[in-house]
Amino acid sequence: MIMETVFTPLQSLAGGLLIGLSAVLLMATTGRIMGATGVVAGLIRPASTSEFTWRAVLLAGMITGPLVVYALTGQMPEVQVPISSPMLIAGGLIVGIGVTLGSGCTSGHGVCGIARLSWRSIVATLIFMVTTGMTVFIIRHVIGG
Amino acid sequence: MRLISVFFVGLIFGVGISISGMANPAKVLNFFDLAGTWDPSLAFVMGGALIVTFIGYRVVLKQPAPILGARFHLPSDQALDLPLVGGSALFGLGWGIAGFCPGGALPAIGTGKTEVLIFVAALLAGIFFAKVFLVTLVSRLTASA
Repeated sequence: MIMETVFTPLQSLAGGLLIGLSAVLLMATTGRIMGATGVVAGLIRPASTSEFTWRAVLLAGMITGPLVVYALTGQMPEVQVPISSPMLIAGGLIVGIGVTLGSGCTSGHGVCGIARLSWRSIVATLIFMVTTGMTVFIIRHVIGG
Repeated sequence: MRLISVFFVGLIFGVGISISGMANPAKVLNFFDLAGTWDPSLAFVMGGALIVTFIGYRVVLKQPAPILGARFHLPSDQALDLPLVGGSALFGLGWGIAGFCPGGALPAIGTGKTEVLIFVAALLAGIFFAKVFLVTLVSRLTASA
């Protein structure tokens, strides 16, 4: 199923600036990379209690984000899911395996890694942007078309 | 003090993701659907996040240490190896199927939407599977090769 969405350059730019700000603040305060993969992967079989705790608190802050948006605007952020549950499960499993092997995702490689001009992150980001685009093209225009 | 600031950093990330559209699979998939219902918004998310992080990291990483930590934890691995390439390719496949990446899905837990919870459960299962089985397997294979 395909849903049209409205082009939101200003909101998306503002969101991006805040994401960048959070990455800079996390590095400035704790010296850590703001990577969603690192946050969840570190919660599973953590090396120590303190490694677990800061990630759990960071995650709690992230989850509070939409609630703050709701409190300020009276509207929950839009989450439109034109995907069936079996596909969500398949996608989730594949993403989980992929980001663990690849050591990062959009935030860790795509934002923090590229900002450090890390070759690994630049290569990883190019690869996953291309394979995501190919997957969407095949699902929507080859299989679905 | 450290955990309070980590919470607020997570909150800024969560608000940023919420207003950016990264937590909205319909918008994410449309960004990649150049041949169909294209929505270029996410380029503004990545652009905004990268500008702030690129400049911010230059300032922060000149300091001898983070404000609330002993040292900066930066990945030292430089190798463009198979786990990085294959893992990133898999991540793209899963992202294209489900429309959620980890950084988009984690804050979206706060909206309480069932689809988000389904994806995150599968994501955790995938990360767990990869951490327990695949990472050991890959390191054995590369060690013996």
